[in-house]
Amino acid sequence: MPEEKKLFKVTIDNITVEVEPGTTILNAARKIGGEVAPPAMCYYSKLQGSGGKCRTCLVEVAAGSTADPRPMPKLVASCRTNVMDGMVVKNITSEKVLDARAGVVEFLLINHPLDCPICDQAGECHLQDLSYEHGKEGTRYDFKRRTFEKHTLGPYIQLHMTRCILCYRCVFTADQLTEKRVHGVLDRGDHAEIATYIEKSLDNDFIGNVIDVCPVGALTDKTFRFKNRVWFTKPVDAHRNCSKCCGRTQLWLRGDEVLRVTARKDEWGEIQNTPEGKTGWICNECRFEKKHLSDWTIEGPSLINRHSVIAQGHYVGVQKPREVFSKLMHGQKPKLLMDIHTVSEVNKPNIDLSALPGPATSEVFDSKE
Amino acid sequence: MATLTNRAKPVSRKPMNWVERIYLWNILKGMLITLGHIFKKKATINYPEQKRPFSPVFRGLHILNRDEEGRERCTACGLCAVACPAEAITMEAAERLPSEEHLYREEKYAARYEINMLRCIFCGLCEEACPKDAIYLSETFAPADFSRRSFIYGKPDLLIPDPKTEPEKFQEAKGLVDQRKKSKA
Repeated sequence: MPEEKKLFKVTIDNITVEVEPGTTILNAARKIGGEVAPPAMCYYSKLQGSGGKCRTCLVEVAAGSTADPRPMPKLVASCRTNVMDGMVVKNITSEKVLDARAGVVEFLLINHPLDCPICDQAGECHLQDLSYEHGKEGTRYDFKRRTFEKHTLGPYIQLHMTRCILCYRCVFTADQLTEKRVHGVLDRGDHAEIATYIEKSLDNDFIGNVIDVCPVGALTDKTFRFKNRVWFTKPVDAHRNCSKCCGRTQLWLRGDEVLRVTARKDEWGEIQNTPEGKTGWICNECRFEKKHLSDWTIEGPSLINRHSVIAQGHYVGVQKPREVFSKLMHGQKPKLLMDIHTVSEVNKPNIDLSALPGPATSEVFDSKE
Repeated sequence: MATLTNRAKPVSRKPMNWVERIYLWNILKGMLITLGHIFKKKATINYPEQKRPFSPVFRGLHILNRDEEGRERCTACGLCAVACPAEAITMEAAERLPSEEHLYREEKYAARYEINMLRCIFCGLCEEACPKDAIYLSETFAPADFSRRSFIYGKPDLLIPDPKTEPEKFQEAKGLVDQRKKSKA
């Protein structure tokens, strides 16, 4: 009978979970959730063949299986190792794992520039979170970091190769989502870089998804470039009828301006599934061209983890004081002592940042004065 | 009723005697204190002419710093604004054009940077949050004014003088900052 499929019992950090055969340790740990799940920089559950490159998901296998309870000699990459029945895995309870992970983070950061103040990914960057949670303070690397010229991949995507950690997620995305992949990893070793062949632009309806899968700020949305920091924008869930994609997106608003459109992310930072069970990839039209609030049906504010910087300053359950002034003054409105827009240069109502195709420059600010 | 502490004293309802009733003795006691202050060191100073030294941890008006080459250090990362408990700081970022490389240190810069001094509580968290050494709290006061609009400080009000074009003014502004840093260390 198909329902009596044998489930494997795995113990991860002293928590036992039953999973189907063929599940990786990482996915079993994600089933438990919380801190037990190892971090992953290259593995993306929605992309076939991803994983096994960044080594941040290393775990210790204390007992291989019930049949062969010997521990595995080395730490294993949990995204590429399948569970066995009776396997005992140690993640955050193992000193070895924490130490190895700190080492991996140090390696990932060797060539990663410290330009988080400039980077648009800051605030939702997986590498930032990873180094904050698992890394060591400071660096021991004295040599020159690898630098590249920044590229523009097509009209919408900005590539900062300097920030890339070579996770290959974008290559898999382009491979599996689009028919013709024109970008890939060129060269080997320290010279390896994401590039398009002969600077070919990527004109495909779904190529914008490489921005969402990129764990760092290497691939960023050019229409959002330098417009605002993510934690000052208000994320809302929205949808529209799109003939190409599911149309379920997240809008990042400043007032009524749609500064950025992304796919909705789940708790692991991966693109959410639609109710039909498909991955909610969104098309370029939804992502880059629908920058008006009227294009969208707003469902409501997105749920943001309370500990995320994006939740900063988003007040929940605010009780505004009852305005009694006009009642006491027989319907007279309070006299406004200062309209901030007459004094302030910031957020001028006549400058619509969302209408700009690229980053604002001094020309934008000077010409509108 | 039981008292909360053992320091409570019952009020004396005893009628005053003759010496107490004429108050002369108490007045003399008070005058002695007042006259004694004539011979003491004055606690006040003539403010605009004389100035009291600031405490090394004094947090005054903000300045936006420049680097040695006179380029603005601020890259509009927004950390000061998110750290600000009074939500006094707002900014708008812009990309540096190739012709502006002598003006701004990084590829992104603050095209607009404003501090609402009416909201600011001078806590110094912006200075602490800044990853680029761009904002400092100097040892000057925000001058008083009658209108609210003069308390919205923009970039022209906040930027430190350029060391290339106005070296004396820069040294003056910088000297205050350095003193503070020195006494901090």
